[in-house]
Amino acid sequence: MSVNYIPSTFAVLRDTDRCIKCRACERQCSNEVHYYDADFDKMFVHEEQCVDCQRCVTICPTKALAIIENPNSFRKASNYSQQLILENYRQASTGAVLLSSMGNPQDFPVYWDKMLINASQVTNPSIDPLREPMETKVFLGKKHTHINRNPDGTIDMTEQSPQLEIKYPIMFSAMSYGSISYNAHESLARAATELGTFYNTGEGGLHQDFYQYKTNTIVQVASGRFGVSKDYLDAGAAIEIKMGQGAKPGIGGHLPGKKVSDDVSKTRMIPKGTDAISPAPHHDIYSIEDLRQLIFSLKEATDYKKPVIVKIAAVHNVAAIASGIARSGADILVIDGFRGGTGAAPTRIRDNVGIPIELALASVDQRLRDEQIRNEISIVAAGSIRSSSDAVKAFALGADAVYIATPALLAIGCHLCRSCHGAKCNWGIATQRPDLVKRLNPDVAYKRLVNLVHAWDHEIKEMMGGMGINSLEALKGNRLMLRGIGLTDKELQILGIMHAGE
Amino acid sequence: MKRVYVNENRCLGCHLCEYWCAFANSGEDSIVKAFKLNKDAMPRINVEDSGEIHFAVQCRHCNDTPCVKACITGALSVDAEGLVSIDTERCVGCYTCVLTCPYGCIVIDEKNGGKTVTKCELCVKNAGGEPWCVKECINGAIVFEDRSKIL
Amino acid sequence: MNYVIIGNSAAGIGCVQGIRDKDKTGKITIISDEPYFTYSRPLISYWLGNAVTDENMKYRDRDFYEVNNVDTILGKRAVKIDAAVKKVILDDNSEVAYDKLLVGTGSKPFVPPSPGLDETGYFTFMKYDDAKAVKQAVTPGAKVLIVGAGLIGLKAAEALHEYTENITVIDLADRILSSILDEEAATIMQKHIESKGVKFFLGTSVNNFVGKTAHLKNGETCDFDILIMAVGVRPNVELIKDAGGEVNRGIITDKSQAVKGLTDIYAAGDCTESFDTSIGENRILAILPNAFLQGEIAGKNMSGQDFMYVNAIPQNAIGFFGLHIITAGSYSGDDAYEVIDGDSYKKLFIKAGKLVGFILMGKFVAKAGIYTSLIKEKIPLSDIDFNLLKDNPGLAAFSRGRRDKKLAEFH
Repeated sequence: MSVNYIPSTFAVLRDTDRCIKCRACERQCSNEVHYYDADFDKMFVHEEQCVDCQRCVTICPTKALAIIENPNSFRKASNYSQQLILENYRQASTGAVLLSSMGNPQDFPVYWDKMLINASQVTNPSIDPLREPMETKVFLGKKHTHINRNPDGTIDMTEQSPQLEIKYPIMFSAMSYGSISYNAHESLARAATELGTFYNTGEGGLHQDFYQYKTNTIVQVASGRFGVSKDYLDAGAAIEIKMGQGAKPGIGGHLPGKKVSDDVSKTRMIPKGTDAISPAPHHDIYSIEDLRQLIFSLKEATDYKKPVIVKIAAVHNVAAIASGIARSGADILVIDGFRGGTGAAPTRIRDNVGIPIELALASVDQRLRDEQIRNEISIVAAGSIRSSSDAVKAFALGADAVYIATPALLAIGCHLCRSCHGAKCNWGIATQRPDLVKRLNPDVAYKRLVNLVHAWDHEIKEMMGGMGINSLEALKGNRLMLRGIGLTDKELQILGIMHAGE
Repeated sequence: MKRVYVNENRCLGCHLCEYWCAFANSGEDSIVKAFKLNKDAMPRINVEDSGEIHFAVQCRHCNDTPCVKACITGALSVDAEGLVSIDTERCVGCYTCVLTCPYGCIVIDEKNGGKTVTKCELCVKNAGGEPWCVKECINGAIVFEDRSKIL
Repeated sequence: MNYVIIGNSAAGIGCVQGIRDKDKTGKITIISDEPYFTYSRPLISYWLGNAVTDENMKYRDRDFYEVNNVDTILGKRAVKIDAAVKKVILDDNSEVAYDKLLVGTGSKPFVPPSPGLDETGYFTFMKYDDAKAVKQAVTPGAKVLIVGAGLIGLKAAEALHEYTENITVIDLADRILSSILDEEAATIMQKHIESKGVKFFLGTSVNNFVGKTAHLKNGETCDFDILIMAVGVRPNVELIKDAGGEVNRGIITDKSQAVKGLTDIYAAGDCTESFDTSIGENRILAILPNAFLQGEIAGKNMSGQDFMYVNAIPQNAIGFFGLHIITAGSYSGDDAYEVIDGDSYKKLFIKAGKLVGFILMGKFVAKAGIYTSLIKEKIPLSDIDFNLLKDNPGLAAFSRGRRDKKLAEFH
């Protein structure tokens, strides 16, 4: 043994005047931070094990607890932050790649916060969404340039591409069963069904119990092809090919064998206890042509009835890649920004690879318009859509819809402690431990998800009404509705917006 | 009549219901007072833990009321709705009800050295309305529902 | 319908409740030789010990007779049942006609003859009037001799301890509470009671009384001011016997509580025999819950419903000087589980893979009903986690299915 260089990150404050020693904190902490000492008749803490998930704080019946940052601090330096010093200590003791979870916490510009939304005054009057009809329903898929009519005047649908009809322009993005719990999946599935939108299986396959929600399920096909079968493809309203993820562009995934429980093994269709490794690339995709083959294989397998989605991480040449995908036969493109969440990613990758969704979205939309193929594909923006105003700005930058995951997890109790990779989630979300999974009550959680989307939709309609717009179609790509604030000419140029005051 | 039921799949074994129950029946106006000033506040609900199994149990207010029938003093009684309640003034602490209750739900009141027993009365004598165990369950595991079929 | 109930205690009250469950209008008459509102017999020792007031002696709320529309004939003894003409004859020669009759006459103290006993004078300890008489007689510091270390004798000792520390109890058996405790438990309880100053002479009996002195068979003598005879009880079966009903030690009934050999006459409580399912034989289960339940079943059947009294087992819950005992079932088994921890004692008796009886004392009495239910429901121990249950009585030891049935459904 040698000295441990790493001080605890957090300090646990307990108001002993209030603490009644009910020990609920102790029973509910999977990190075993709290403990009772009978000799002292007092609660104590192992604060070095605390991840600041706030479970104890939240359930404490007397509100006796608070978690704060450990006031202990290393000597300040702008170049070497305490975080960096600790990471080096950690690696020196383990020799391992640093792992992190959820979205990039570093101080990169958030362009959503540097864009302002327009509102009507005097001319082009604003609309009161409580009085006037307001359309936020969206159809995702290829829009053909011309249509043929039947003799009776109706549109000949046989020539149209399959569309994904969503009642709200908000879907739940891919989170696999394995990365999140059974109860979390159930909550998402039930919420999507009640809302008339979609949730996404992620790359972990679809648990048999959830086939009943098929009309609101997007099934994902990723490089590991876990759980992919004819039944699985048929169980989706759309099929998503995952080429990349915003939080970890360019790398694959690794679910350790110990997390491959009986149920996960069945769902992923791999032996129990074996590591589930998603390769970095799809080993059969080295070109847009290869991607097109997979897209059409999937369409062939499902009678051309389901839209095929291609999801890519936002990276440097995203516009050119998107152009290729729009020509590959895909119906919907998902662009996932670098601030998007993850259940586990190497820290350096998460914090340093990829580009912001705002810039990627604007440049892709512009490129496809310039090439006159914007109608060939719908665009879904993902990777840190944090609020309804982020969503409105995404629509104005050209998104047809948005994917949300972190806000969905927040709705069901996530406190963003960013410890998912520890698999001991105290909120029953990012864990497979039955005693922890139990803590997420789907009966409660799905209603919270429904509430969240309803609330966002109200706000979106309110903002649209303010702009004098009564249909999402009229907001889409309407960059005149946005102005930049504190942005450089180059940033404004990429975003395709004017500066505030212009 | 509405009764309290626990969903074992949802019960986390946090034992908070016991504390809220004790508070609700303590006569104090805050849970801190109930435990700081009134040290032996007794819960009438009990969480059983066995490995991964947890569930809260309290008087079922069952149809048979063996405790009421066995009570030697008339302290235990059942009203027309089916609510089984105890008049602790009349209880002599013979524990015949403890002997009889198949759910183990008659609680010996340690607060008075076991001189009487006590039991869940669905919070009708304190704050009323929804029982506190139901109100404060952090996982929606304890519910207050009418599951009796009209016979 | 005209119901008549002889006896105003647990069986009679159970009968009223059983009748009124269905028949809200039939005429009900309770006859009792005691002049009191229904009171709880087991409470007389608490009353004597000033732990219960006169008001709280009442077994039911003050308005019980009005609410249930019951007529009472109190202070008169039923001396004869004329089953042929369906009449009860009282000690003042008045007659009460019935359509359905319940006999809940209870039991009376059994006092074995002893030379000098009648001359010296004694108390028994069964009824309110007995307790009143003792209270009248007892003075602070009085010397008390109690013959019989059973439930009644020791409850009397506990009550009298409020007045005097000079109490002696003698019993022919070599241990106290021999009808409900085994040796270990009896020893613990005896030590506990002795620690309060009560003296015991066990394994001996009174040879004869001379004035206020008892001469014991073991040669000892014992002076007293107050003598309480609590050797045992005998069921009051004479009314039924004379009317031609079947009587063994107690009155014999079928499972609907109807007296065998008579029509429209039922019996319940301490005067009857019950089928003890823990041993599979008839015996007298002279305990209040049993009396109430039998009375209730009788009442239901008298009012035209169809109910059977099953699952009777011996069971006792009682405490002396703060140490509690809960026992049930039979103590014959082929296996047992035993724990002793200070004053606390637990013994579970197992026979053919099922729990058949238990003795619990001190801290082990909590949740005893879980064990009782195992005996009554005859649940094979292989169906439950008995390892868990033997130390922690609870529903956790039951299978999920059984537990869900108990907890998730309305019963």
